[in-house]
Amino acid sequence: MFAIYKKELRSYFINAIGYVFVGVFLAAAAILCCYTTLGSQSYDASSYFTMLIFAFIILIPLLTMKLFAEEKKLRTEQLLLTAPVSIWEMVLGKFLAAFTLFTGCVLVSCINFFPLYSYARAERAEATYSELHIGPVTAEIISCLIGIILLGAAFISIGLFVSSLTENQLAAAVVTVSIIFVMLILDMVNKYIDVYAIRFVISWICVLSRFSNFTNGMLEFSSILYYLSITGVFLMLTVRIYDKRRWG
Amino acid sequence: MFKIIWYNIISISIFKTKNKKGNLLIMIKIDHLVKNYGSNCAVDDISFEVGKGEIVGLLGPNGAGKSTTMNILTGYLSSTSGSVSVAGLNVLDNPLEAKKHIGYLPEQPPLYLDMTVEEYLIFNYELKGCKLNRTKHLEEICEVVKIKDVYKRVIKNLSKGYRQRVGIAQALIGSPEVIIFDEPTVGLDPKQIIEVRNLLRKLGRDHTVILSTHILQEVQAVCDRIVIINKGKIVADEKTENITRAVESSRRFNAKISGPQKEVLAMLRSQSGIVHVEALPQRDGDAYSYLIESDVGIDVRKSLFFALAEKRWPLIGLESMGMSLEDIFIAIVDQSSPKNRYERGKRTRNVKAEAEQEIAKSIMSNTSKSGSARFSALFDEDNNSKENDN
Repeated sequence: MFAIYKKELRSYFINAIGYVFVGVFLAAAAILCCYTTLGSQSYDASSYFTMLIFAFIILIPLLTMKLFAEEKKLRTEQLLLTAPVSIWEMVLGKFLAAFTLFTGCVLVSCINFFPLYSYARAERAEATYSELHIGPVTAEIISCLIGIILLGAAFISIGLFVSSLTENQLAAAVVTVSIIFVMLILDMVNKYIDVYAIRFVISWICVLSRFSNFTNGMLEFSSILYYLSITGVFLMLTVRIYDKRRWG
Repeated sequence: MFKIIWYNIISISIFKTKNKKGNLLIMIKIDHLVKNYGSNCAVDDISFEVGKGEIVGLLGPNGAGKSTTMNILTGYLSSTSGSVSVAGLNVLDNPLEAKKHIGYLPEQPPLYLDMTVEEYLIFNYELKGCKLNRTKHLEEICEVVKIKDVYKRVIKNLSKGYRQRVGIAQALIGSPEVIIFDEPTVGLDPKQIIEVRNLLRKLGRDHTVILSTHILQEVQAVCDRIVIINKGKIVADEKTENITRAVESSRRFNAKISGPQKEVLAMLRSQSGIVHVEALPQRDGDAYSYLIESDVGIDVRKSLFFALAEKRWPLIGLESMGMSLEDIFIAIVDQSSPKNRYERGKRTRNVKAEAEQEIAKSIMSNTSKSGSARFSALFDEDNNSKENDN
């Protein structure tokens, strides 16, 4: 598993894809951070995170599209499947490689909060009233970070699954983009549905409404479990795809 | 003398106990293997065994099921029914352990084009969880397959021949006991083909090798045993020597003799060294054609000429019906798929074709008759020869 993990991580940086991902991710994060906090004169980071999630529509497929599709096209999956490595190890190795790069980027993008904190310190020094909290809420930022990393894991596993279905990278990317897009947009569409039952069901599956708990600084168990189970289910489906192909 | 015989008896008995105990000698065992793709049957009830140190050639026309068999053997595909075990480990029940004993080169070498050869081999080394000394082991392999001069280059920029060799190097990592090559010489130039064949022969000394090919010279040059597959079925399974011998030892001639047919036939039958004579339906003026089969190791052509000269029956034509392995192969394949017979067209004349078919038949019937009996006989022979070497 470790060999596959290492190989995937390295292959991100042999190709341009890794650099493109890191570059676009950090640029998008910086711009969004400026726009949502500094630009609108607010210390509230929640809208920054929510907007960042929409950047994932483009970013996550960049990471996942080639993971299996390319192997299939070049017939290198034969190497992995005939090596003494189980399918779970192969899938996990690939997932963890993408996840590592993603998490790394998320953590690096925390630099964006430095100006917020330094502004807050300056403002606090000048403030005459001390009862009110001035500056970003650290606990909220941390819970958002946890939430966004979990959400990323779920999206990566979806992308991984789509990539295992096709040998065309572009097709994998397009399908992943549309799936993530629909999952995010569902929350907004939901408002216009009159039937309560449908609205209830959809609100249960839409990803964004779960995220709002994190933006309020809550680590709700059901939300964490929700993202983890999406991740688990799609990883399992990927394994099943490979299993099925062997038996087909 | 007595000593040698005594040793022989001992060695054979030791061999048998080993064989019973735990497949020390049978490295690959394929048992009633069936693979269906939907309604299409790719592999239909194949069983054979490969012993340690044997080089077996899997031969067959395109789409015969060679690659499928190999893919099942390496655990890439699963079988519909039947079992496959490598080094005594069932590939389905214990895939990870079994795969550790296999080095596999698929039809298309599985190369990551954007890696250098070095990176690729190191990745494979780690993937296979190899425990040998890395630098030394990789160096050895590079020396064997001669890729030292491209070691630092990106695989994308290598020629087909070098890519194939990198693929072979990949299969050798960890020095697995069983090496499986799917058409290893496709796309190589003649010099490289010879190099690869030499390599295979070298590997066969201490590895068990299965290779698939549709090039007959290759199996003849490299393999100890030939398994011919057609339409998912084994149609022949015979030691290469035996097939070659069968081809060479049948000394058949097509003779055209002008003279009264009945008397000529009687005379030919009375000739010493001639086993079988048959009048053929071809006629050229007053000359008739005969199929003559001589005894093994006797050249009847000269005596035949003089005998006919004595009777004043001119010998108008005498043609040896030497057959190549190729002819036998085609005959075997044709015979196993009678529907396609018309496809063959006018490739050979009837007589020759018949002769081929007869050899093909005998090889095929040998295969169906002898199963494990022939196999163990093979080992006894090996044991004997080894003992004699001592």
